[in-house]
Amino acid sequence: MKFLDEYRDGELAQQFAREIHRITTKPWNIMEICGGQTHAIVKFGIDELLPKKITLIHGPGCPVCVTPLEMIDKALEIAARPNVIFASFGDMLRVPGSTTDLLSVKASGGDVRIVYSPLDAVKLAEQNPAKEIVFFGVGFETTAPATALAIYQAAQKKLRNFSMLISHVLVPPAMEALLSSPNCRVQGFLAAGHVCAVMGYEEYFSIAKKYRVPIVVTGFEPLDILQGVLMTVQQLESGRAEVENQYSRAVRREGNQPAQDLIQEVFRVVPRKWRGVGEIPQSGLGLGDKYAEFDAEKKFGVAHHHVEESADCQSGLVLQGQIKPHECPAFGAKCTPEHPLGATMVSSEGACAAYYRYRRMPDLIGAK
Amino acid sequence: MSAQKPIEFSGACPIPISQYPQVLMAHGGGGRLMHQLIGKMFLAAFHNPLLDTQHDAAVAELTGKKIAFTTDSYVVRPMFFPGGDIGSMAVHGTVNDLAMAGARPLYLSSAFIIEEGLPMETLWKIVCSMRDAAKKCGVQIITGDTKVVDKGKGDGVFINTAGIGVIEHEQKIAPQNVQAGDAILVSGDVGRHGMAIMAVREGLEFESKIESDSAPVHEAVLKLLKAGIEIHCLRDLTRGGLTSALNEIAEAANRTLLVDEKLIPVREDVQAACEILGLDPFQVACEGRFAAFIAANDSERALKILRANPGGIGACVIGKVSEERSADVFLKSAIGARRILDMASGEQLPRIC
Repeated sequence: MKFLDEYRDGELAQQFAREIHRITTKPWNIMEICGGQTHAIVKFGIDELLPKKITLIHGPGCPVCVTPLEMIDKALEIAARPNVIFASFGDMLRVPGSTTDLLSVKASGGDVRIVYSPLDAVKLAEQNPAKEIVFFGVGFETTAPATALAIYQAAQKKLRNFSMLISHVLVPPAMEALLSSPNCRVQGFLAAGHVCAVMGYEEYFSIAKKYRVPIVVTGFEPLDILQGVLMTVQQLESGRAEVENQYSRAVRREGNQPAQDLIQEVFRVVPRKWRGVGEIPQSGLGLGDKYAEFDAEKKFGVAHHHVEESADCQSGLVLQGQIKPHECPAFGAKCTPEHPLGATMVSSEGACAAYYRYRRMPDLIGAK
Repeated sequence: MSAQKPIEFSGACPIPISQYPQVLMAHGGGGRLMHQLIGKMFLAAFHNPLLDTQHDAAVAELTGKKIAFTTDSYVVRPMFFPGGDIGSMAVHGTVNDLAMAGARPLYLSSAFIIEEGLPMETLWKIVCSMRDAAKKCGVQIITGDTKVVDKGKGDGVFINTAGIGVIEHEQKIAPQNVQAGDAILVSGDVGRHGMAIMAVREGLEFESKIESDSAPVHEAVLKLLKAGIEIHCLRDLTRGGLTSALNEIAEAANRTLLVDEKLIPVREDVQAACEILGLDPFQVACEGRFAAFIAANDSERALKILRANPGGIGACVIGKVSEERSADVFLKSAIGARRILDMASGEQLPRIC
């Protein structure tokens, strides 16, 4: 398939792998930020092609995984109410809250609907004027413009029956939080290509300089990731710490200006709790004052719920790259996709889900 | 019907309340949760030697004749989709289940559960489609049932068909008969039906319309048998797609299956739609495709026969049965690494980004 097969070519992958082997002299820890990259690495077995000296650490870039438990609980509470249509992206539905999940709320009679775009939720609001439509707005900078556009449209159309439960998060503050931690092992980053397609990569220059860490904006196909690793290792081996762009077919330095303008118009930067990690200052997007009437937390009076997370689930350590999924005692035993303890086991971008799905066997996990 | 080994049925509900107090949509999704439900509840409660073979159709002996017997219910929404409709599907699906036991399909039953308010014209269109499909498949619909439920208690129409076929050969075709070295064939490209339905249901617009692969496959199977191909097992790729079918067989046969990602045929438009939605085409349903486990010596001949059949041009060998006995399915990835090919947990849910 055009634009796909050429990035999954086995022979070219081997060529990149040979070059990485040739230049690697020291052990390096490289973090791929995005859960989409983690899945590609585990699904295609990209890490198996790398020298043993290179460790890929899986990063926190799974929006479903980092959505805090209390936000899931708020979603469950709102979705269970009569007269509410609760619209969400599909992979939020299996994420466990404190006691249940959205799929179970649906089975109990809650009107929970999967949508493909926040704009579909705006349409639902127009089609169902007697109902309250609530959209679960989660994601990184990648999905923020679509969420913002939905709010903007709802305001233009003066829809009074539309609101959003928002848990948007931002990548650069999370990278800084990781790098500031005394336990940080990360020596280089593969930055998330799709986030940068929206935001560009100018905000990474100060991080690369301050923490002396190479950052390579990287795509999601096997050859993208191998090339991203190669560029990172080239920097590490030569003592450079720069921002480079592997994913130039999709990412420009300045990003997508209209999308950024829309984010600016609708949102403001707020502190945000990350599931399993804790609160990171200035790491989230919340609705700006002009659009406060669309805030579902206020509309439904759930703004002040606070919940503690289960101690059994070590997804926080997984998300910070401190342990690999199979090193959690609950992995595959108390915690499976059918009975998850945390979101990392059910999200299509979660590291635990990737390990469970593609390499549950001890010999496959032991491979690297 | 297929699932894990049955457990002893104690009288208490075998699926503890603490896990799932209610049935979820995922319990019907063709993945692991459905297999747990079937294994722990249905197989445990009903178990007997014929059911326990976990074949697409049961094979029983009646007064010296071997027959195959199966049933399936059809709840597809929308009722009409590119490449088929609920009526033709209700015939093809049951005919195909019989074919998977190596049977020549003969008779079907047809039970309708109709929602109050369904336009007569719509029902007539469905009935005509069933009539035409049955004629094309050479089967007769010889008994039936009609129920009407209140408006809002059904989804237009639900159809159940049961089927009887006759087995006219001496081969033993069953999951337990899969052998080390067998070639694994698929009868064509995978994932097309599921994406055709999803594209219509969700209003997704692609450049070209994806048509369902819904079709009868019994002619192809009967030709394989007639040519004396040594068939060890057949499984149609319905809900849960290729991954569920292969995992079911691996489990029932306690054999390790090895397949090669590069050899599995997926049409470009289906692949593109799956990439957009974050779905795995190997987990998406087909309605006119099957996997065949064929003695290695016969695989080339089998391939020729399948390819010569209408709609079978895409048939190919995708892997083989290994010497190992671990009940797992392994896939060689496009760049050459080895991983598990796992069945989905429940329904496939489109991802965020």
